[in-house]
Amino acid sequence: MTLHSRLAGGLATAGLAAFAALPAWAQGAASAPAASTTPALIKAPTPEQALAMINKGDTTWMLISSALVLMMSVPALALFYGGLVRTKNMLSVLMQVLMIVSVASLVWVGWGYSLAFTSGGDNHFVGGLGKAFLRGVDATTVAATFSNNVYIPEYAYIVFQMTFACITPALIVGAFAERIKFTPLILFVVAWLTLVYFPIAHCVWYWAGPDYLPDAPTDGGYLWALGALDFAGGTVVHINAGIAGLVGCLIVGPRVGYKAEPMPPHSLTMTMIGASLLWVGWFGFNAGSNLEANGVTGVAFINTFVATAAAAVAWAVIEQVRHGKPSLLGAASGAVAGLVAITPASGYAHPGTAIILGFVTSGVCFFFVTTVKNKLGYDDSLDVFGVHCIGGIVGALGTAIVADPALGGQGFFDYTQFPAVAGSYDMGAQLVTQARAVLLTLAWSGAVSAILFSILKFTTGLRPVRDVELEGLDINEHGERAYNI
Amino acid sequence: MKLVIAIIKPFKLDEVREALSTLGVQGMTVTEVKGFGRQKGQTEIYRGAEYSTNMVPKIKVEVACATDLAPRVVEAIGHAANTGAIGDGKIFVLDIDQAVRIRTGETDETAL
Repeated sequence: MTLHSRLAGGLATAGLAAFAALPAWAQGAASAPAASTTPALIKAPTPEQALAMINKGDTTWMLISSALVLMMSVPALALFYGGLVRTKNMLSVLMQVLMIVSVASLVWVGWGYSLAFTSGGDNHFVGGLGKAFLRGVDATTVAATFSNNVYIPEYAYIVFQMTFACITPALIVGAFAERIKFTPLILFVVAWLTLVYFPIAHCVWYWAGPDYLPDAPTDGGYLWALGALDFAGGTVVHINAGIAGLVGCLIVGPRVGYKAEPMPPHSLTMTMIGASLLWVGWFGFNAGSNLEANGVTGVAFINTFVATAAAAVAWAVIEQVRHGKPSLLGAASGAVAGLVAITPASGYAHPGTAIILGFVTSGVCFFFVTTVKNKLGYDDSLDVFGVHCIGGIVGALGTAIVADPALGGQGFFDYTQFPAVAGSYDMGAQLVTQARAVLLTLAWSGAVSAILFSILKFTTGLRPVRDVELEGLDINEHGERAYNI
Repeated sequence: MKLVIAIIKPFKLDEVREALSTLGVQGMTVTEVKGFGRQKGQTEIYRGAEYSTNMVPKIKVEVACATDLAPRVVEAIGHAANTGAIGDGKIFVLDIDQAVRIRTGETDETAL
């Protein structure tokens, strides 16, 4: 799901697969000016030709990855967040995550996929409505990958991207957990997906595909065309949701009793289960974002493993030094911060640089979650900003460094050529591009979220009344309790 | 008849129960409680948010026994629950006016 990338090896494999799958045209193509034994690639294949360029292994991997990413929302994120709130609000968090995932998937097939992943023509900020309600999509339509002449079924691509649209708004609820009205939250999610998530996803991830871009070099999202690298969603998912969470918690206001009374997590056991399932699911998120099952998928997979481990170790060590005791919540927070940071870099980094990225991220996130939050006094209940936005920024900027082939990174591919060739990498310029992508996401998501939350605050209201909040959202908003003993 | 109420450290419950069993005590009631005494609370840190909990988790044990057994019950609990550290808890002894075994209707010492 990134922009420029991928291996020449992948290209060759693609050609072979296509050759085996469709001998008739492959022979025709090979009789072109073929100077080598490698079958020639087809530029701008017809839909029928593209359909024959689907590989069962890729398709299988994408469907498994999609299921893994759904598991990150329910139950992983729900349990991770749920364990961190007080008993009286446990069920509200579970319900919020479950409903956001369900609503987001409906919005996605309604207009989300079309707005995010169809061409906007001269508009490079959002797509069109040509595929609204999945019009024109069927079992024979395809979606491009990062290799010339390799395709996956469009439904597999839609469902994979759908899981991202489901988890991103669910991340936001942690920022104002324990004090939000349910229905306005769901209204916010629908509006935020439409006005923020789909446009940002389009800006970062939409492009014509490697076989069509050479003939239509401007057919890509704004940030994609700039050359911003975001392998699996550092900007689109984590910075996007993180800044929306910060804005939300500022507009909603702190919990009653914040800083005056203890608000310890009610079950770190649940949080541990959730964090662990997040880690497992994240292999689908990051390695699945390669859209194929090949060597780079392996790169993303191992980076997702080791950056996370490094960040968990780093957070525990920092706590050991600062407080004399390493806490489970700290290690789990570090693991999530590491997962967030490696997300944009997962398919570009070397495992060695991924580990360093994990170490650095834990230090920065620890500082924000403990020191900055306390200094500024905002009540980001579950540290959505401190972990997801800050971790996402560290990862997005760090991607410029770790992607450098001089450091063992993957670099990027120039897809305006056919077939794609490796681009010449300039770390400094890439860092500037990454910063622009971060700033645009912060500005757009921050501003639109502020408007949306403000409108809801003065119409439906965002907060339950004080007594409801004190008694807990579970019994008052949902009419049930998480635990009946 | 006496009611012996002991507030003890939670991890001492098993030793207290064993000590009372050897005395022939037939039953006891146990409750998880929180409170404070001379023992200072513990400090908990969650992602940098420090909570000093002045209410410390304890176990409350209630034992009803014959008056002449009460001193030995007190001694057994005091011995079993003792760690020598602050926060070991306290023992209170109260008079019981009446006792009834619900199933049979037996009263007083035969009901214990």
